[in-house]
Amino acid sequence: MATATAVLQSEWTKIRTVSSTVWTLASALLVTVAMGAALSALLSSEFDNLSEAERLTFDPTLVSFSGTVLGQLAMVVFGVLVVGTEYSSGMIRTSLAAVPQRATFLFSKIAVAGVLALLVGLLTSFLSFFLGQALLGDHGTTIGAENVLRAVVGGGLYMGLIAVFSMGVTAMLRSSMLSLGILVPFFFLVSQILAAVPKAKEVARYFPDQAGSKIMQVVPGALDSEKVPYGPWGGLGIMLLWVAAALLGGYLVLRKRDA
Amino acid sequence: MIELEGLTKRYGTKTAVDHLSFQVRPGVVTGFLGPNGAGKSTTMRMMLDLDNPTSGTVRIDGKHYRELHEPLKHIGALLDAKAMHGGRSAYNNLLCLAQSNRIPRSRVDEVLGLVGLTAVAGKKSKGFSLGMGQRLGIASALLGDPEILMFDEPVNGLDPEGIHWIRNLMKALAAEGRTIFVSSHLMSEMALTADHLIVIGQGKLLADTSMADFIQQNSRSYVRLRSPQQERLRDVLHANGFTVVEAGGGVLEVDGATTEKLGELAAENGLVLHELSAQRASLEEAFMQMTAGAVEYHAHGTDVHGGAAAPGPQWGATTGTTTGTTSEGA
Repeated sequence: MATATAVLQSEWTKIRTVSSTVWTLASALLVTVAMGAALSALLSSEFDNLSEAERLTFDPTLVSFSGTVLGQLAMVVFGVLVVGTEYSSGMIRTSLAAVPQRATFLFSKIAVAGVLALLVGLLTSFLSFFLGQALLGDHGTTIGAENVLRAVVGGGLYMGLIAVFSMGVTAMLRSSMLSLGILVPFFFLVSQILAAVPKAKEVARYFPDQAGSKIMQVVPGALDSEKVPYGPWGGLGIMLLWVAAALLGGYLVLRKRDA
Repeated sequence: MIELEGLTKRYGTKTAVDHLSFQVRPGVVTGFLGPNGAGKSTTMRMMLDLDNPTSGTVRIDGKHYRELHEPLKHIGALLDAKAMHGGRSAYNNLLCLAQSNRIPRSRVDEVLGLVGLTAVAGKKSKGFSLGMGQRLGIASALLGDPEILMFDEPVNGLDPEGIHWIRNLMKALAAEGRTIFVSSHLMSEMALTADHLIVIGQGKLLADTSMADFIQQNSRSYVRLRSPQQERLRDVLHANGFTVVEAGGGVLEVDGATTEKLGELAAENGLVLHELSAQRASLEEAFMQMTAGAVEYHAHGTDVHGGAAAPGPQWGATTGTTTGTTSEGA
């Protein structure tokens, strides 16, 4: 048995020695923070033009996380590349010859990349929140307000889980291009569109991103959005089930298929 | 020591590797020879536990690959020169492998020096030529200072200097008592490096023999004769107990004789000779004959097994072999 600590160290070296790690994680942070700031500034100035329902359910915390919709795509790319380049480069054979225990190999890789994504996610989340609140001014909230800290920490968790989910899916599909081709349109278009279509949204609210992102809401039914039959932690739980399923699927494929 | 027992790999109905059983012993270079598509790479991937066998087992020093503690310290392999992340430097590609098997960092510098890549250690490996990539792959195989080394077609696409370097490296490693297993589809390459030979065709074991035995058994040496007095020459040869084969076109072939002896014999009998030459069928021809029935991809319209060892018998005056006991023309 290759020792887990040795494999973790090896996977950390793999992640820190490729440039895609820096640019995907930096993009995730910058895009999320910048877009969140822009929307916070916009809504702050347009607050009086909002409908009454929207004003009553105004959720300044969620507004500062508006950039997540776009920034999460960079997290998807990070997650896909961490696993996918093993296959596209042919490195997978060298890696598995060095660490033949499939579970040790895959879960060490995902643990290292997942923790890194989580840390960047938390940083992104706190930056987005404080910058957003500063720009919202009078309409903003504080970190000490009820449920706000949960939503901010949850925003970081959400980003990390999106990356881990992408890693699991890529381990199943064994290809960066295929995984990106499915995950990016799914999170950016399919999920968003279905969530707005009557009937379809009853299903769409159980999608990993739709369910998981509820953790970032402080006001239930924020900004006059649809009410869902689960709470913020329930939503994150649904997302966790998706992540667990993706990881299990990825592991089974790695164990069964020829490298 | 590597032991294969009944190793089989099927893809659907196609059998790529068919009940292979053999051993690879330490201290020698064992050549793994077979035409393209014979199942060499598949076998090697199964040996490293990358592909799952349909049935059969592979044992490395008595253990299954997955049971090896830090496998790079037992067995190093070069499967594909490009099996590295191109965006990572040569040094870092080796470092992450070293770390996974708790091999000290200093060993990375050592193997880079050994394969002559120290100067480009910090360069991204995607800019490497085929030869440099091959050297990096060999460096990764040597990383754990393993007792067993496996190379899949290591000289493919290399320049003469690179080929020479790899040959000498393999011999030196075997001389240190290591187990060297190297695949090739070129008999000529094996003849220069291997001490022992395992030949497969269509996934089946065709030969498991020492190189010396293979050469002795498979490179037929004979004397080729042409004479305007062919009938008389044949009778003389028969009378002296030689086995004569008519190769067509007025050519006689005699096994187990020297040109000196036959020349003297012809002179004693006052026979004119137009040709008297010693012939030797090449190992390449022997290999092609052995695998003739097991070549996966035939070139259309060309006779791949042509050459001196296999003259088409259809044009011969008589059957291929004639025994020395018949004497019709006395």
